Amino acid sequence: SFSARFNRFMANFRSVDEDFFDDLEELLIESDVGYETAMRISDELREEVKLENAKKKSDVSNVIVKKLVDMYGEEGKEEDNSLQFSTDKTPTVFLFVGVNGAGKTTTVGKLAHRYQQQGKKVLLAAADTFRAGAIEQLQEWGVRDGVPVQASKAHTDPASVVYDAVERAVKEDFDILLVDTAGRLQNKEGLMRELEKIKRVITRELPDAPQEVLLVLDGSTGQNALSQAKQFNETTKVSGIVLTKLDGSSQGGIVLAIRNELHIPVKLVGLGEQMDDLRDFDPEKFIYGLFKELIVGASNK
Amino acid sequence: MAFEGLSDRLQKVFSSLRGKGKLSEEDVRKVMREVRMALLEADVNFDVVKSFVKTVRERALGAEVMESLTPSQQVVKIVDEELTKLMGQEAVPLNKAPHIPTIIMMVGLQGAGKTTTAGKLANRLKKTEKARPLFIAADVYRPAAVEQLKTIGQQLDVPVYDEGTDHDPVDIVRNGLKVAAEKKNDYVIIDTAGRLEIDEQLMDELKKIQALAHPNEILFVADSMTGQVAAKVAAGFNDQLEITGVVLTKLDGDTRGGAALSIRSVTGKPIKFIGQGEKLDQLDVFHPDRMANRILGMGDMLTLIEKA
Ligand SMILES: Nc1nc2c(ncn2[C@@H]2O[C@H](COP(=O)(O)OP(=O)(O)OP(=O)(O)O)[C@@H](O)[C@H]2O)c(=O)[nH]1
Ligand SMILES: Nc1nc2c(ncn2[C@@H]2O[C@H](COP(=O)(O)OP(=O)(O)OP(=O)(O)O)[C@@H](O)[C@H]2O)c(=O)[nH]1
Ligand SMILES: [Mg+2]
Ligand SMILES: [Mg+2]
Repeated sequence: SFSARFNRFMANFRSVDEDFFDDLEELLIESDVGYETAMRISDELREEVKLENAKKKSDVSNVIVKKLVDMYGEEGKEEDNSLQFSTDKTPTVFLFVGVNGAGKTTTVGKLAHRYQQQGKKVLLAAADTFRAGAIEQLQEWGVRDGVPVQASKAHTDPASVVYDAVERAVKEDFDILLVDTAGRLQNKEGLMRELEKIKRVITRELPDAPQEVLLVLDGSTGQNALSQAKQFNETTKVSGIVLTKLDGSSQGGIVLAIRNELHIPVKLVGLGEQMDDLRDFDPEKFIYGLFKELIVGASNK
Repeated sequence: MAFEGLSDRLQKVFSSLRGKGKLSEEDVRKVMREVRMALLEADVNFDVVKSFVKTVRERALGAEVMESLTPSQQVVKIVDEELTKLMGQEAVPLNKAPHIPTIIMMVGLQGAGKTTTAGKLANRLKKTEKARPLFIAADVYRPAAVEQLKTIGQQLDVPVYDEGTDHDPVDIVRNGLKVAAEKKNDYVIIDTAGRLEIDEQLMDELKKIQALAHPNEILFVADSMTGQVAAKVAAGFNDQLEITGVVLTKLDGDTRGGAALSIRSVTGKPIKFIGQGEKLDQLDVFHPDRMANRILGMGDMLTLIEKA
């Protein structure tokens, strides 16, 4: 993990010279924050350490932790990482988008469970009519969650499924409609236009919807996640990110780069395949997780 | 492409640089800096980049510069050659059992593309060898994983052995193999559930299936968009299962696919196929040189150099 490596790195600490900052860059790169972001962070830290005139190992460590936490908070100052709901009686609609296999359908299933538990009336829309077994997968989640699924036959136009789902949500007074879409790589123009159309259909029926367009990102993705965020944002104006599979070996450092460049907040985090494995994103915890041992280690020294 | 490739980087740094003769240390240092950045932005694992850069630097220092090349082009040529070498041999075919059936087991993280690739392989085998494969549906965890495989089976007219989701995957595989023996299927493709390499319980399940089925081929299926963690994940699967080959998926996207290099260099196992789309005919054999160019983001620079 980042923190373990950082501690190892601090243990070998000699003095604050150029090698020191090279090593720090390495540490950041290994967390997938990206080359540019790693450089930026280490440059700013270089300044900070100088400014604070820190020389002792523990001083330097403290300065770095403080700065990293500050920097992360700074970038997100204007952001609201809570989910937005309809402000009148019309249903809330969340549209889920992302590349193949990122975790869209699973996240829809988990979130449906959350709202169902809160006593909300939830409808799911099976707008992935393309991938083998996609409709059945969502229907299975519907059964687990005890919520209905609006679905059509495989290979029907996904926009028409979404249209039917919105109609039904309005007519039957659903509180919230979660729309699962097919995975698509962001460089596929035709498929991105299809997504645009799906969003238009929703907005035509419900002018304030979708209240959220959630980009689902696999937490182990590298620098391509930036391209994903850019392209999906251009097509559908992404309002938040769901970072999945953080129960794995990766810590999703790429969201630091996305945050710096695109200012899209992470709103939810996936921590497993079960319906309870979904959390609201807590920036402090995320930072703490990323730098935990570092923070603990620093105060012990 | 989302990121600057090596050509762009070098063009910026070396727009004015010309010169012949031996490569100077300064030339090599400058080029290698850019190479390092290009590889890191392509998601090649940091440690892999480090040792790669070291190898290339040693070879580049003291190399004669060819008449037709600038020093930076010369280093790039060396980089490309070394990278291609590291990527392994061209078109390593699937392992084949001396007696039917050949057993292929798909393993990897969640959502990597195992089930889709299982379908693509069956399709390919049917087309190239008129094979009669059987799928075994050993993913009992992911909702509708069995339906997904059955749909693919229908599309390809390939039978699927399944026992729903209430049975132990190890038993399902055992029974499926019996059916394959009776029906004389020449290939058996086992679709397993996605799992984390750190999930001991689920990794044990794979080891049990492996011990029972003795697969001729254990294909580690990896998403080509994976970041730095690709090396650790691949090492995890390889250490526990001794994988026999790799399939890289989703290369129809705009990722540079540096994970290919990381996986290849930590496992030493051949990348056998690449996935280039969601459709069942979008599986291609792997070409190390093309992958090397893609990771480096060389554009037309390499064509220029190749002509030299
Ligand atoms: N470990 C882990 N696995 C996850 C998580 N979220 C999703 N998965 C798994 O990842 C795989 C893909 O998830 P899906 O929800 O089908 O992904 P998708 O984006 O809908 O995929 P497509 O519709 O095919 O594009 C499944 O095996 C899920 O169980 C998570 O937070 N942690
Ligand atoms: N664009 C593209 N999509 C692919 C490729 N290979 C697989 N996919 C898609 O990636 C997603 C996940 O593929 P699956 O075959 O379900 O992955 P899996 O590894 O079986 O997933 P789990 O069983 O949940 O672990 C699906 O949407 C596939 O259509 C590929 O080469 N290119
Ligand atoms: Mg899905
Ligand atoms: Mg599968």
